[in-house]
Amino acid sequence: MNQALSHDAKQLTTKEIALDQLDKQLLNLLQHGLPVCENPFGDVAEQLNTNETTVLERLNSLLDSKVLSRFGPMFDAACLGGAFTLAALSVPEKRFDEVATIVNAFEQIAHNYQRNNKYNMWFVIGTESADEIDWVIKQIELQTGLPVLNTPKLEEFYVGLYLPV
Amino acid sequence: MLASTYPSKQKNMTSHNKALSEIERRYVLLTQQGLPIIAQPYHWLANELKVPVTDVLLMTKDLLDRGIIRRIAAVPNHYKLGYRFNGMTVWDIDDNQASKFGDAVGKLPFVSHCYLRPRHLPNWNYNLFAMVHGKSKEEIDLYRQQLNELLKGVLNTCDIKLNLNSNDMLISTKILKKTGLRLKK
Repeated sequence: MNQALSHDAKQLTTKEIALDQLDKQLLNLLQHGLPVCENPFGDVAEQLNTNETTVLERLNSLLDSKVLSRFGPMFDAACLGGAFTLAALSVPEKRFDEVATIVNAFEQIAHNYQRNNKYNMWFVIGTESADEIDWVIKQIELQTGLPVLNTPKLEEFYVGLYLPV
Repeated sequence: MLASTYPSKQKNMTSHNKALSEIERRYVLLTQQGLPIIAQPYHWLANELKVPVTDVLLMTKDLLDRGIIRRIAAVPNHYKLGYRFNGMTVWDIDDNQASKFGDAVGKLPFVSHCYLRPRHLPNWNYNLFAMVHGKSKEEIDLYRQQLNELLKGVLNTCDIKLNLNSNDMLISTKILKKTGLRLKK
């Protein structure tokens, strides 16, 4: 039964993946965190009434099928010594692709999303220093001819994503 | 086994010290792409760092306490789990109440990120950002309504002359680029 389901899962590359009960329990539990101890997956297995080998197999297969995009420590990027900001542009529809190419070409752009607003392009700039943020913004303004809306975080309340399955 | 040097070094550090020591920097470089899914991942790390595993466990707990590591966790691909919709909700709320209400918004289970950010009047009047995720447009609309319910007492009123609303939800229609933020060697 379980094998049939995980086999099906591999066929569905673009659609939602079929997960069995144990996959779901693992996903829900491990989004909250892995225990910090010598045999953390053994602890997880015990909590879910299964064994360590099964847990390791399932997790590796969830990673292989890209249900998990990563597994490991999630660092507060600001602690890693860089500078970050969220910025936006209001791009005329006709110029959208051209401007996206200009913005994405900067290695300092980590994410860039199109959004349904007057400000229709939102991107995260991550650099080694605060001065470099200013430089990237100036360059984008020069190359696109559009003013950048710069919204660095003033206060952070919560960062953590929990997607129950 | 190698002698432990880690706890003695840590004694001088306050719990809020965010600066990375040399070995912590190596810890980050080794794990920022992920931790291997093997029976003893911290032993693997101990071997790479050439320190005893007890040091790695202490260091990990300390990095968690200091907020440098948020969690050691599985990060699912939203789309594969059916979470196809993300909305960046933005709110124009009373500055004096912003910290208190930002905190309350951040505690809601469907909010993944919550920040206070600067306004840029007259073009951009929103100061509180909260990201929500859902499996349908209806689901994220409902989350926006719940946030509105929570914040309605502190929302600044719309300015019709400047065409400013008290809140909005910016739905992502396309990922244009997505790479991680990485510590460079």
